[in-house]
Amino acid sequence: MTVAVQTDAEGYLANKDDWSEELANELATELGIQLGDEHWKVLNAARAIESESGSSPGLRKISKRSETPIKAIYKLFPDGPAKLIAKIAGIPKPKSCL
Amino acid sequence: MKTVLILGAGTAGTAMAHKLRRKLSSEWAVEVVDPSTKHLYQPGLLFLPFGDETEARIVRDRGSTLGKGITWHQTEVKAIDTEHRLVEIAAGGPLSYDFLIIASGTRIRPDLIEGMLGAGWRKSVFDFYTLDGAKALEAALSNFEGGRLVVNVVEMPIKCPVAPLELTFLADWYLTKRGIRDKTELVYATPLDGAFTKPLASKTLGYLLEDKGVRVETEFMTGEVDAENNVIRSYDEREVPYDLLVTIPPHTGAGFLEDSDLGDELGFVPTDPHTLAVRGHEREFCIGDATDLPSSKAGSVAHFQVDLLSENLLRAMDGKELEPTFDGHSNCFVETGHGKAMLIDFNYDTEPLPGQFPIPHIGPLPLLKEARRNHWAKLAFRWVYWNGLLPARPIPISPTMSLAGKQLTVAAEAGGA
Repeated sequence: MTVAVQTDAEGYLANKDDWSEELANELATELGIQLGDEHWKVLNAARAIESESGSSPGLRKISKRSETPIKAIYKLFPDGPAKLIAKIAGIPKPKSCL
Repeated sequence: MKTVLILGAGTAGTAMAHKLRRKLSSEWAVEVVDPSTKHLYQPGLLFLPFGDETEARIVRDRGSTLGKGITWHQTEVKAIDTEHRLVEIAAGGPLSYDFLIIASGTRIRPDLIEGMLGAGWRKSVFDFYTLDGAKALEAALSNFEGGRLVVNVVEMPIKCPVAPLELTFLADWYLTKRGIRDKTELVYATPLDGAFTKPLASKTLGYLLEDKGVRVETEFMTGEVDAENNVIRSYDEREVPYDLLVTIPPHTGAGFLEDSDLGDELGFVPTDPHTLAVRGHEREFCIGDATDLPSSKAGSVAHFQVDLLSENLLRAMDGKELEPTFDGHSNCFVETGHGKAMLIDFNYDTEPLPGQFPIPHIGPLPLLKEARRNHWAKLAFRWVYWNGLLPARPIPISPTMSLAGKQLTVAAEAGGA
């Protein structure tokens, strides 16, 4: 990675302020995804919701905000879209209270 | 006469109405709007399916839970007009307000999942977040003779996020007592990456699932219930077969919020995390399950919010600035089965830590650790709910979280905070 940032043990960004579009592209490439416009619609929706509400959103909310069907989100981010979106968008892992 | 109007008379709305009635002079009317004639003690729904709770003990007439000095409009809310400070209702003319408190909670939405309300609904597919669902599940469990029992959280956020795990643990205990545990495969399917998602909880509580022989299916986002073949199917085409499915369907806010500018995509209300004002508004507030906040959708949270928002409302009535007092504090018992429970205490910034509660270093209730005392305290809480929390009488627990007596170093070692 050319941009030096800290991630936690699971690969989530340690400091939200380190995020940039350039970093997102690098993180995505490492995860085997080439980001296009459709990916960005989803990522921007997830970032906006997290910034407004303080928690990483579930896929149904991301789907509605980005006007991208959940099925399509699975095609854009195969192998666990909720985690991949959070990692690339630089927002915390979706969690429960325990 | 000035009016505080409260939408919803669940835990948050009812406690708030009582709190304000005590704090405000007779110049203020306290009014609530709720169409339902019954008040349900929701934690009881966890025990009812196993025959350990009765409808009579967990349901009361709404009128008896409100009381003197509180006006109850028994009707549905249709729309909120914040510009003119009016609430349209189904029966009668619009209600005007000086301050509005949205406490309309959340509801389960099985209709959002393909096939969930199909042929299997309440025959082999059950919810337990409604009284009817919990009663139907009780009947089904009493006839259950073994097979695959699947507990599935469809997506977050849900009410009482630990309840599905508790139900799984209690099912293990129930099936053991009935002598059919060895004939039953118990599966917990979650959209998250584990049954426990925080570092310390994963590290210290993973044993619960192993010891009880619960198989966990992670990152499972249910797209369809196929009742013909008795399988749930995820968006990435994985299948989990069941003989008896206990589903926790998606949750949304009240219908009038979903259709209005005040609700987000799921009908939850964008709320300031510390003042509880509806974001961008000065006279509208939101408490309880209806908010979009990352705090838990739980009765304890509603209780703490009522304490803090009632103080902030008095400031607002005096024309003063709101204070950012709410810290996301939550305090929940977690039933682990076999007569034991844990207690967890946390807020926006601090994950559940070990320690003692409510008196630091003394207890008597241990935090993040199984104990019989916690189980008995959870059962005793029903009395506290009806007689203390709901009528907003003083309960000696701080509305903000305290770190006193908590073992911080343990969290650091587990990689959490």
